[in-house]
Amino acid sequence: MLRVCLRGVKATAQKSSGRIRLTNVQQCREYTTGESSGASRVVAAGLLTVTGGIGGTIIYAKWDHKFRAAVEKNVPYSEWLLGLALGPVSQDSGLPIRKPMESIQPPSMLEKQMRTSKAKSEKKLKETTEYGAQDSGPTSPQPAQNIQEASAEATQIISAISEVQSIPAPCDTEPTAAAGDCKECSDPNIALETATVFQDTKSAGTAEPLRERSAEEVAARLAQQNQDEKDIITSLSARLDDSLASSAKATLQAIGAQEAALQAITQHTHKLKEAMEAEGPSEEKSTQWKDLEAALADRTTSVNDAKTALVKANEALDSLKSVIDKSKGLKITAARPLILAAEENLHKMVVDLDKVVSKVQSAESEAKIVAQYTELVHEAKQQFQREVSSLTPEIQANWKGLTGKLSTDDLNALIAHAHRRIDQLNRELAEQRVREQIHMEAALEQQRAEDQRALDKAVGTAKQHVKEEARLEQERKLAELREVIEAEMRTQLRRQAAAHTDHVRDVLKVQEQELRAEAEQELSSKLLAQETRYRQLTQEQLDDFTLDMNAAYARLKGVEEAIDSHVEAEEEARKAHRLWLSVEALTYTLKTASTESPSMPLEDAAEAVRASCVENDFALALASALPEESLKRGVYSEASLRARFNSLRSLARRVALIDESHNTLYQYFLSYVQAALLFEKQQEVPPTQLRSEDLDPFKLLSYASYCLEHGDLELAAKLVNQLRGEARRVVEDWLIEARLTLETRQVISLLSAYANAVGLGTTQAP
Amino acid sequence: MADELGRKWDRCLADTALKTVTGVGIGIVFSVLFFKRRTWPVSFGSGLGLGMGYSNCQHDFRSPYLIHGRMVKEQS
Repeated sequence: MLRVCLRGVKATAQKSSGRIRLTNVQQCREYTTGESSGASRVVAAGLLTVTGGIGGTIIYAKWDHKFRAAVEKNVPYSEWLLGLALGPVSQDSGLPIRKPMESIQPPSMLEKQMRTSKAKSEKKLKETTEYGAQDSGPTSPQPAQNIQEASAEATQIISAISEVQSIPAPCDTEPTAAAGDCKECSDPNIALETATVFQDTKSAGTAEPLRERSAEEVAARLAQQNQDEKDIITSLSARLDDSLASSAKATLQAIGAQEAALQAITQHTHKLKEAMEAEGPSEEKSTQWKDLEAALADRTTSVNDAKTALVKANEALDSLKSVIDKSKGLKITAARPLILAAEENLHKMVVDLDKVVSKVQSAESEAKIVAQYTELVHEAKQQFQREVSSLTPEIQANWKGLTGKLSTDDLNALIAHAHRRIDQLNRELAEQRVREQIHMEAALEQQRAEDQRALDKAVGTAKQHVKEEARLEQERKLAELREVIEAEMRTQLRRQAAAHTDHVRDVLKVQEQELRAEAEQELSSKLLAQETRYRQLTQEQLDDFTLDMNAAYARLKGVEEAIDSHVEAEEEARKAHRLWLSVEALTYTLKTASTESPSMPLEDAAEAVRASCVENDFALALASALPEESLKRGVYSEASLRARFNSLRSLARRVALIDESHNTLYQYFLSYVQAALLFEKQQEVPPTQLRSEDLDPFKLLSYASYCLEHGDLELAAKLVNQLRGEARRVVEDWLIEARLTLETRQVISLLSAYANAVGLGTTQAP
Repeated sequence: MADELGRKWDRCLADTALKTVTGVGIGIVFSVLFFKRRTWPVSFGSGLGLGMGYSNCQHDFRSPYLIHGRMVKEQS
C-alpha cells in the first residue's frame, strides 16, 4: 500500500511536474515571445486547470476508495488512468471478517437444516475435542437415557441451535465453552454422534453433505451410540474404580506406613532422649540401649516401609492420574462426574499423603536433631572417656561405677583433668560466648535457609494443594453452572421444540389439507370420469332403445292418427251435414213470410243451428249474430217490403220539403203542392255514384223503387237511407225492417255458405 | 212511422175543428152575453180557436224536431 502510494505520488509528481515543466516552459516561452500572449495564455491556463483537476482527482481517489469507485464508474477511461497512477483497487480489510460467516450459509429448509446441523454439530464438537475443552455438564447416564427418549426431537432442534450458533461459533477462538454449554441437551446424542463419527471418520472441519438418515437408522444409530457410550462409561468407571481402589489402598497403606514410621521415629526419639537423659544403672542402660537399637531398627524398617509404600502410593496415584487424564481425553460427558469424583479423591489422597509425609519429615528432622544431640553427647562422652582413659588407662568405660576402685592419684589426676577440662571448657565457653553472635547468625542463616527451603516446599505443596482445590472447586462450580445452564437451555429448547412442533403441526395440517384436497379432487375427477363414461354408455343404450321405441311408437301413432283422422273426418262430415241441414231449415223459415205478416220467428231454427254447430265458433258467432227481432218476431219478406215501400213512397213525396228547419204547416202545404205537381219517373236506374243532385227525395225514391223492383233490397235501403228530414222519419220503420231482413238474410247466407264450404271440405272424394 | 203522419193530421184537424167550434161557441156566448150580439167575439173566438188549433197542429208536427235543453247545475 505504501509502495503504491509512493508510486502514485511519484507518478503524479512526475506527470504534474512534467506537465508543469511544459507549462512552465510554455509560460517562459510566452514570457520571452510576448506577442501571442492572449490566446496562448488562455490555452496554458486551461491546460493547467485540467492538469490540476486530474492530479487532484487522482490524489483524492487514492485517499477515498468510494470516490475512486464512483469516478471509475462514471468516467470511461478513468479506470485505466487510476490503475496506472495508483495501482489496482486494494481490498478492504473489513471483508475477511465476513467471509467465514458468509461461507457458512444459514440453512433455510428444514431438511437442509437437519443435515447441515448434524454436520455442523459434528464439526463443532470435533473442534471442541481438538481444543481440549473443559468438561461438559454432569449429565449422568441416567438422565442421558431420559434425554435420549426425546433424541429425535433434539436432533431436529439442533437446527435451531445451529442457526443460532452458526454465526459466532467459527469466529470465536473459544467456541468450546459456548458450544459445549449450549450443546448440553443434545450432548448425549452429539457425543454419541461424535463418538461414532470419531470411530467412523476422522476428517475434520469440512461439512460433508450428509444424506438424510431414516428415522429407524437414526434411532438405531443413537441406540448404538448410547450403547457404546454406556460401555465406555462402564469400562471407564470400572477402570476409574479400580485405579481409585488401588490408589486408595496404596495411599492408605502408605499413610499407614508413614504413620507407623512416624510412630517408630517418635518412639525412637523418645527412647533416645530417655537414654540420653536417664542416668539409671548399667543394666537398665544396656536394656535401654538395646531397646534403642531395636527402636532404631524398627524406625529404619518402618521408614523404609513407609518409603516403599509412599513410592507405591505415588505410583498408584500417578496411574490414577493417567487414567483420569485418559478418561478426560475421551470427552464423554457422562463420565465427567466420575472423573471429577476420582480427581477429588486423588486430590484428597495426595493431600493426606503429603500431610503425613510432612509429619514424618518433621518427626524425622526432630529425630535428626535428637540424633545429633545424642551423637554430640556420645562424642563428648567418648572424648571424655578417652581423656579419662588416657589419664587413667586402666579405668573402664563405665566410670560411674568406678568411685570405689580409683586411687587418690587417679582421683587427683582425674580431678586435675577435670579442672583442666573445666578450664578448657570455660575458655571454650568464653570463646563460644564471644563467637556466640557469629555462630548465632550463622545458625540463624542456616536455620533461615532451612526454614526458607522448608517454607518453599510447604508453600509449594500448599500452593499445589490450593491450586488443585481451586481447580476442583472451579470444576465443581462449572459443573453446577453447566447443569443450571443445561436445565435452562433444556426449557428453552423445549419451548422451541414446542413452537417447532406447533409450527410443524400447522404446516403438516396445511399440507394434509392440501394433499387431502388434491387427493379428493383426483378421486372426484376420476370418479366423475368413470361416472360420465358409465352414464354415456347407459345413455347410448337408452338412446338406441328409445329410438327403436320411438320409431315403433311413431308408426303406431301414425296408424292411430290415420284412423282417428278418418273418424274425425267422418264426424266432421256429419256435423257439417247437420249444420247444413239446420241452415237449410233456417233458410226455409225465411220463406214462410207471407205478404203482410212476417215470417215465423227464427228462434227455433237458430236454436237448431246453434245446436248443430256447438264446437264451431264461426258458425256459433254467426248464429248468435242474428238480430233479436228476427229471432223473436221473424222477418218480413221482400215482397211485403216492396209493397210497403210503394205506399210509403207517396207519403215520403208528400213530406219531401219538411225537415228540421222547415216544418211549419205552410211548409206542409207547400210540400203537398209540390208532391201533387211534381212528376218523376216511377223507376229510375240508380247511378253507380251518387251526385249531389241525386240526393233529391223524388229521385232517390225512384231509384229505390227501381232497385226494389229488381230485387236489390240492399241498394234500395241504402238509397232510402239518404233521405233526410221528415221523409226520413216517415220511412224509418221501413228502413229498420229492411235492415233487419237484410241482416238476417246476410247471416243466413253466410251460414249456408259456410255450411256448404264445410260440407265440401269434409266431403271425401270417392 | 208512416201512419204517424196520418194520425197527426187526424189529430190536428180534429183539434183545430174543435177549437174553432169552441171558439165560435165561446164567441157566441160572449157576444151574446157581454158584447150585445156583435159578431166580433164570434170571429174573434173562431180566430182564437183556429189559431190555437193551428199552433197546436204545428207544434205537433214540429215536435220531433224540437230540442229540449236542460240546465245542468255545475257540481261544485
